[in-house]
Amino acid sequence: MNSTGTLKSSSSELDLDRPNIEDYLPSGAAIQQEPRGKFRLALVLTIGWIIFLSAFIPVHLLLKGHDKLRRNIERSLVEMMCGFFVASWTGVVKYHGPRPSRRPKQVFVANHTSMIDFIILEQMTAFAVIMQKHPGWVGLLQSTILESVGCIWFNRTEAKDREIVARKLRDHVQGTDNNPLLIFPEGTCVNNHYTVMFKKGAFELGCTVCPIAIKYNKIFVDAFWNSRNVFKYWPSLWRVLGSAMTLYGGQSFTTHLLQLMTSWAVVCDVWYLEPQNLKPGETPIEFAERVRDIISTRAGLKMVPWDGYLKYSRPSPKHRERKQQNFAESVLRRLEEK
Amino acid sequence: MGNTSSMLTQYDIEEVQQHCKNAFTQQEIVSLYQRFCQLDRNNCGFIPSDEFLSIPEFAVNPLSQSMLRLLDGFNFKEFIAFLSAFSPRATLQHKIEFIFKVYDTDCNGKVSFDDMLTVLRDLTGQYMSEQQRKEVLAQVLEEAGYTKDSFLVLSDFMKILGNSDLKMEAEVPVD
Repeated sequence: MNSTGTLKSSSSELDLDRPNIEDYLPSGAAIQQEPRGKFRLALVLTIGWIIFLSAFIPVHLLLKGHDKLRRNIERSLVEMMCGFFVASWTGVVKYHGPRPSRRPKQVFVANHTSMIDFIILEQMTAFAVIMQKHPGWVGLLQSTILESVGCIWFNRTEAKDREIVARKLRDHVQGTDNNPLLIFPEGTCVNNHYTVMFKKGAFELGCTVCPIAIKYNKIFVDAFWNSRNVFKYWPSLWRVLGSAMTLYGGQSFTTHLLQLMTSWAVVCDVWYLEPQNLKPGETPIEFAERVRDIISTRAGLKMVPWDGYLKYSRPSPKHRERKQQNFAESVLRRLEEK
Repeated sequence: MGNTSSMLTQYDIEEVQQHCKNAFTQQEIVSLYQRFCQLDRNNCGFIPSDEFLSIPEFAVNPLSQSMLRLLDGFNFKEFIAFLSAFSPRATLQHKIEFIFKVYDTDCNGKVSFDDMLTVLRDLTGQYMSEQQRKEVLAQVLEEAGYTKDSFLVLSDFMKILGNSDLKMEAEVPVD
């Protein structure tokens, strides 16, 4: 385990099912959100960034020739940086289950509530993630630092993109030296009460799927970021104006992050669950549903039969038509029986 | 996200509760108020009918248009009253009344053959021809002991649906 302070729960502590919050919050000071508290958080982050960048940039430039060494160092740095991020929100994370190991032919899937899911998981193991390319400062972070852990980008709005991405995924899992791949099959952020339908892409790669369940305790803050509020009007305009602006009262990721940092604590549980393989005779979609069931049961989430992308656009008429079709067919069948 | 219900006073909640005949608990009303505020984007206390269509699950429902016809925009009290038919605590009578109102497309207190045809059209879309719909309806009415020219009133609906296992419930997530 990393040794950045007392913020990570070590396995030698009491095996409680819920984190014991008093053990983690610094005594007294952080209970109220005074300006001093906020200053301290900003300080933690700034120090973190300074250390990270002063180590990362030289390593990235100087060790260009020694790929393996460079990658190892960059990986540890990213893990450390994520640790700092989590500290800045006073993150209280309890990890259950065996830590992911680096093996080829395996992919990790997790339910998705917020961008910080990735950071919380990344703190423990440097995963390679498949993500939507964002505008603004987040995009900058993505292209420089996350590139080093081997992330794959996609663009939701491009139609042909899916095939390209599927090929990239397959290449990545076959490679032996790549970081373990983490995929969020819901495809979008979901509030932490439900899981929506999983996309089958992760389950068609022909390798072991290791489920991870993440559950936030809303007692201090709600980690769910409804990006739909931002993208609601003119998504292209949004992209142009950048992530720092909020349009129409929506919430940009920056505001959301600031809100998280100034709230009391982000409390969550992460369970690394037993790896699953495609059973003989099972289709990838059935496999996806089975894994979704495992994750939902562990995290106490309800499974709903909707597509996550319904959040972004009006549903196409075919959803409604399918219902009409089912009803019409059952009525006609009954008519025929007469 | 993180907004509290401090905008609703205890008095408000009780008033709303009475208006919906205690179909929702106070906690549920608070949750529903948060949802109402999310839908009410302009913060004017009023949701126009087509805002409901932006809820994906509602938009894919073939009966959404018929349901929206019932009210021309909602304030919070009307919102709760509208949803009260879906509470697990609502009486069967209440639910059947709601269904009756949906079927009564011309709002004259009676459900005619044409009313039912309109609803059936919504339910089946392009997957049944007009002729087939008329056939089905005629047959169904006959089986139930009515004719094509009958006008069904609320008591008829009660009789028909009264013994069935009507499961029309929505769960309100309470934090």
